[in-house]
Amino acid sequence: MDSRRVPRTVSDPKVRQVGFFAPPDRFQSGPPVPTSSSPPVSEISPSGNSLSPVMIPPPRNLSSDMSRHFPPAPISPLRGGRGAADSSIPVGSYNPSEFISPTATADFSEDAVSPGWSRKGNSAKFASSLPTGGIGMASVKQNNVPASGLATVSTVRMPKAVTEKGGATGEVQMEQQPGDSKTSKEKTTKAERRALQEAQRAAKAAAKSEGSKTQAAASGVNSINANSGKVPKMTPPKKDSSSVAASEKRGGDRQPDKDRKKDVPHPRMQFDDENRVEKAKRRSVVKQTEARSRVELFRHLPQYEHGTRLPDLESRFFQLDPIHPAVYKVGVRYLAGDISGGNARCIAMLQAFQESIRDYSTPPEKSLIRDLTTKINGYVSFLIECRPLSISMGNAIRFLKTRINKLALNLSESEAKASILLDIDRFINEKIILADKVIVKHAVTKIRDGDVLLTYGSSSAVEMILLHAHELGKQFRVVIVDSRPKLEGQMLLRRLVGQGISCTYTHINAVSYVMHEVTRVLLGASSVLSNGTVYSRVGTASVAMVAHQFRVPVLICCEAYKFHERVQLDSICSNELGDPDAIARVSGRTEINYLEGWTNSENLQLLNLIYDATPSDYVSMIITDYGMIPPTSVPVIVREYQREHLWI
Amino acid sequence: MATEIPQSHQNPDPQISLYYQTRAAHHAVVTSDWLAQAQAAVGHHPEDAVSDNSSLKSAGGEESGNGYSVVNEFNNWRKQPDLAEAVAAIRALASVIRSSQATTMMELEIELKKASDSLKSWDTTSISLTAGCDLFMRYVTRTSALEYEDFNSAKSRLLERAERFGEISYKARKIIAMLSQDFIFDGCTILVHGFSRVVLEVLRTAAQNRKLFRVFCTEGRPDRTGLRLSNELAKHDVPVKLLIDSAVAYSMDEVDIVFVGADGVVESGGIINMMGTYQIALVAKSMNKPVYVAAESYKFARLYPLDQKDMVPAIRPIDFGVPLPSKVEVETSARDYTPPQYLTFLFTDLGVLSPSVVSDELIQLYL
Repeated sequence: MDSRRVPRTVSDPKVRQVGFFAPPDRFQSGPPVPTSSSPPVSEISPSGNSLSPVMIPPPRNLSSDMSRHFPPAPISPLRGGRGAADSSIPVGSYNPSEFISPTATADFSEDAVSPGWSRKGNSAKFASSLPTGGIGMASVKQNNVPASGLATVSTVRMPKAVTEKGGATGEVQMEQQPGDSKTSKEKTTKAERRALQEAQRAAKAAAKSEGSKTQAAASGVNSINANSGKVPKMTPPKKDSSSVAASEKRGGDRQPDKDRKKDVPHPRMQFDDENRVEKAKRRSVVKQTEARSRVELFRHLPQYEHGTRLPDLESRFFQLDPIHPAVYKVGVRYLAGDISGGNARCIAMLQAFQESIRDYSTPPEKSLIRDLTTKINGYVSFLIECRPLSISMGNAIRFLKTRINKLALNLSESEAKASILLDIDRFINEKIILADKVIVKHAVTKIRDGDVLLTYGSSSAVEMILLHAHELGKQFRVVIVDSRPKLEGQMLLRRLVGQGISCTYTHINAVSYVMHEVTRVLLGASSVLSNGTVYSRVGTASVAMVAHQFRVPVLICCEAYKFHERVQLDSICSNELGDPDAIARVSGRTEINYLEGWTNSENLQLLNLIYDATPSDYVSMIITDYGMIPPTSVPVIVREYQREHLWI
Repeated sequence: MATEIPQSHQNPDPQISLYYQTRAAHHAVVTSDWLAQAQAAVGHHPEDAVSDNSSLKSAGGEESGNGYSVVNEFNNWRKQPDLAEAVAAIRALASVIRSSQATTMMELEIELKKASDSLKSWDTTSISLTAGCDLFMRYVTRTSALEYEDFNSAKSRLLERAERFGEISYKARKIIAMLSQDFIFDGCTILVHGFSRVVLEVLRTAAQNRKLFRVFCTEGRPDRTGLRLSNELAKHDVPVKLLIDSAVAYSMDEVDIVFVGADGVVESGGIINMMGTYQIALVAKSMNKPVYVAAESYKFARLYPLDQKDMVPAIRPIDFGVPLPSKVEVETSARDYTPPQYLTFLFTDLGVLSPSVVSDELIQLYL
């Protein structure tokens, strides 16, 4: 795994590049191409702005070059979707090819300036340039280069309003595009569009009832404006501060049927794509506030202000006709973080669906199958708005919809409903509850007397295994490794100690310190992907890596319904972002407030990842309800037994 | 070792795993004439095979009155030195079906299960025996033809499958020998560890095909497998060089391929084989020499050892020739586990497989 990634060189310690950014549009301004003509350079389209899809390299001496190399309008997505002219930068997606020749590109960018240089002279704000710049470039990339597996191809159209990148900066940028022939044209267009947007935003703001939200948005907006050095020149000024408030972006496809047909468990909508986001927003039930100051590398993932929606949702409980109360309740609990863990979320969701199906009645002139499917899609979209789906939930939804589709047409409504309810019950029983029992049975055979077992976080399967092994009288002790901000291990610790198991508790910083005395590592998983990669709570990969180094076997305990045929090579292209404020605060220690007001700082972004991907090399065995299998056999299980869902 | 079997079949020498006693019995007196005789005998109707080379096992071919003793039958088969243990078990189980007096399918299956369990418990350390029994049960009872209304025809169909399974298993060695011919090239040096009949068949076939190669045999203490193997190979005019076990790394430079058999192939794709295999695989891997394993498919077992101690131990006491002080312990395990990353290919009757395919095959067969 290490050989796949070439370490990026940070050329200028003062200037920290985070994420992707396009090399400055030198070709327009005329700076010399770097001597080391890397292949990407040659691919640049004649329009001059397009950057090769192979990106990267942190340019040096940006500040000095900024004014000279301020990227001209062509890169701006405002150009009415002139895709071809735009540079191609994968939007927010991690493209390993971009790291292949850092030196080559470094030269390239030496006197080139990333298009996103802040007009305010914040040369350090390269990162922020990415989103808007990236979006524009992404479209070009699409045209120029077949998107890599990781690149987000979804940004087909140039997003008009990139993100919360303050409109102010956009404006600034706009003005600062010197010598760009297209600029004047752009300005008019931009201005027009901006006016249009302002009108829309005003309308939206008026519609919004939450004053707090707008306030929060406003403050957020202000900070965004402050941070906005990062606005790339191409950033359309459409999005200005108020739009941030109004722009409650939500994840989730608003074309539910299409989405479901693609059988994509995660909302794969890329949040850098303004158009999609706008569309999605219009249909959203949950109005979410876009978070401020997002990390460039993860702009393709949704991030919201946590906690702002809860009061709003609660107050609208009785007004949300399309959403069944049970589903609504589950969604609110997801939002609040009450339910966490793949199995718990999946079971809660399925039970809520059961409730809603029980209360369902087919409207006249409609087919039960189609109408019910549409309703389920609506519920799923709502749940996605509350919190992005886990892979286990995605598989369960796929199963449910397949079962609905396979209902015989001649069944009466009550028969059909009873059949679906029964199917859901069977799914929960067979795939989750019984599967856990089988896993426990297999796993306890691998625990011997005198073992020291290490586990990370809190996995329901691992907890069951430890409790059962203790019941069987095996002598072992447990090391629980925990990490901020969730500190989930404490719950597990409490329960194990309550049963009389001797436990050691530590934080992940000490994992390499304790690993030498550990004999087995037991980990849970949110999902296991087809190439054997384990997708699990963030921190799992580190624990597995350390265990591998100490030659301690790593056992992953995962039910088979969580397997997915997707392949993921890193933790970036698909993940979930949590609340960054959780990192800034330490509960119970109010004196640790160094990060108070972090949103006001332009140079600082906080990143709170929820999941990470553990490569299969670090995994010794996967314990599933189909037995103990090596990680290379996951696609066999997927192939042979996912189809069983259709014929349960 | 055997602990739950009826008294009459107790392991006469509990110190040594039955599995290794069998092998010792088979190889105690090995002459080529005798070998040829046994082979020829096996080629004919098996009941006529000469099986009197060893008197270690007390069980003869007696059948108790009405109850059919599967273990007796098994022992009968087992005495033939050229017959693999699992194949003997399979044949014994097939004869259980033949002589069963059950009248319903369920009863027959229960009988089979009981017979299989008694065989397995007779020697708990033998992986291929356990795996062979399990696979047999799977293979035979998996047929959809069991839904015949007529019990007799169902039974005969079952019998047919059982005998076919026995045939396949018996012929497995020839198939493996054929597959591996491509991997032995002229002028190559092969390092062999342990006395595996499959590997012997491979080398014999290569010699008969007039390939020029030479063989390094490890001494294989304490079973002296190297001596026996070199004996056999010398008869086929294959140049053989004996190494002591510690000289493997020293000679690894001259070696082109490493060939071993397997007592069992586990789910991860690794193998359980005679003690010393893991060492040799480690050395070979570090010097980039391919390690080939020749194993029949009935040796695929649903085990998954995580480390060396995670298996049922098979004890084989070592006689050092001099008395040892009482406080000195001896590591008497007879086999070790080689993880899949050190193996290159497995030659099986299912074809040439890479280690990760073993689990796929097992899943398809068992689930």
